[in-house]
Amino acid sequence: MLIAQQLINGLMLGSVYVMVALAFTLTIGMLNFLNFTIPALFMVAAMTTWAVTAAGFHWLVGAALGMTVAIIASLIIERFTYRYMKARYGDATEHALPLVSSLGFLIIFEHVVIMIWGTDPMTFDSPFVNAHFKVGELIFGIPQLISLVLSIALVFALSLLLKRTRLGRALRSIAEKPDTATLMGVDVGRIVPVVFMMTGFLCALAGILFTINYKSVSPYIGDHVATNAIAGMVIGGLGNIWGAIAGGLIIGMIEVLSIHFWGAEIIKVPVWGLMLLILVFRPTGLFGHTRIGKGKF
Amino acid sequence: MSAYMAGLIAILCLNIIIAYSVFLPAAAGQLNLGAAGFMIIGAYMDAYLNSDIDGLDLPILITIPAAALFTGLIGFLVSFPILRTRGVYMILATFAFAEIVAGIVLNLEIVGGAAGFPVSTHAELEVLLPVTIGVILFGFYLISTRFGLAMRAIHDDENVAILFGINTRLVQVGAFTIGAFLGGLAGALYAHQFDYIEVQNWGILFSIFVLLYVLIGGTQTPWGPLIGALFFTFVPECLRAFGEATGWELIGDLRFAVFGVIIVGMMVLRPEGIMTRTFLELLFRKAPQKSQIHSGRT
Repeated sequence: MLIAQQLINGLMLGSVYVMVALAFTLTIGMLNFLNFTIPALFMVAAMTTWAVTAAGFHWLVGAALGMTVAIIASLIIERFTYRYMKARYGDATEHALPLVSSLGFLIIFEHVVIMIWGTDPMTFDSPFVNAHFKVGELIFGIPQLISLVLSIALVFALSLLLKRTRLGRALRSIAEKPDTATLMGVDVGRIVPVVFMMTGFLCALAGILFTINYKSVSPYIGDHVATNAIAGMVIGGLGNIWGAIAGGLIIGMIEVLSIHFWGAEIIKVPVWGLMLLILVFRPTGLFGHTRIGKGKF
Repeated sequence: MSAYMAGLIAILCLNIIIAYSVFLPAAAGQLNLGAAGFMIIGAYMDAYLNSDIDGLDLPILITIPAAALFTGLIGFLVSFPILRTRGVYMILATFAFAEIVAGIVLNLEIVGGAAGFPVSTHAELEVLLPVTIGVILFGFYLISTRFGLAMRAIHDDENVAILFGINTRLVQVGAFTIGAFLGGLAGALYAHQFDYIEVQNWGILFSIFVLLYVLIGGTQTPWGPLIGALFFTFVPECLRAFGEATGWELIGDLRFAVFGVIIVGMMVLRPEGIMTRTFLELLFRKAPQKSQIHSGRT
């Protein structure tokens, strides 16, 4: 019974990873860009939600503000990372250009937040303290359940968006080849910010849900979640949005189960060991690439 | 020399060595986000061999080279699976490697686990400075050899390098192994500088910073890691001193954020890094003729 409870906790934790992995996999699949600002966006949204709520406003106001801040930040990041990558293509390390800029942004955001609020973890007064129900002996937290449902619903919505809408077609054509997409009449300069807005939205949502679920925020929460989400993305396959669900949930389970069986200190070894094995022996991930991102890797 | 300056120079020396460790694979077109992993191996190996309580109590003249060679051996072994990957995958694989090393060492009770491990022998600049100069000279020498030329060829275009008969696999494994060796060396020297090592010092941010030294400095010439390490060591300190001197404490508090702004700005203005081949030519060539300037820019 304890194991079953742990599995449920793993799924709930994994649902946050799914959203962040989705953000990673979108930018990698569409733009071939490993966006290291994602932990910062996640953290900024979480910290803003906490700060506004702690200042006495309703938590929904905080969440809305956190979401807005993250999306605006993501748009600013787009200006300075992806735009300048397009300007110059050349040797292998020049492709690292947006990577370096995004690392620069990660440093900026983390230190601005540290300057304002310090490095100590803060407690978030959750509006859902005792919101849970029991099935037999198993406990289901309502906010966790909501984030699980929401993350899976988001993947469905995103998949529909990519398959059915005009915007989705434009996005897929950019993933295939930006130059050809331009020739076909896709305004790349206007579509690419949409990817970054989605990234901001997904990270912010994950950040807000994480804050509500685990009732604690700190300037470093983004790092742990984002690195695990990267592992989840790799396991699911880079650029594969369905893989992000499976990968995120698998990582959540591995994390909770290895803490349960071997303690918290070993956690890195199974997560990263699995990721390294997959990278080396099956780089397409467990589920391979979907149509987006094909031809890129 | 004040203790502050001595400490700063020691950090600079360590930064330079670890920068060359990441530079060598990067010069052969391989981005390594696992600097922390090699440094951990080097530091713990050295501390274990040197420790008079739990370890073998060997003198540092033996332990430092032994730790570096051991790290090089590990680098050689992991280079085969890791070099199967490229681009984003290679960044992720090296990063995963560093995290696995950190995770394993965190659970090795023989070297203290999460509590950290004390280092018996203290050694400062008298060891650090000559080794650093040696590493810099070695970096310049290596790039000037045929092996270095092959590395640059692979960096610029791997397929063309293969067509010219370069054994790219050999060169890449070589560059990665030497890089790992230098990473282990940096780790061992770190252990003797700070007397106490714990895995938590080498997190993801550490590897990110080291990769930034190299990419900001530039991967085209062996000046790159040197300039990058100087830049990364002194700019935050200068910002702090500037903040103290002018009374604008905000700048001191925000120095890393300002630093991030500088990084983003650098990538906009000089995407190949501070030190590029054309820039070097501009610096060291005697009064170039007009036509040469022209051809140099195209």
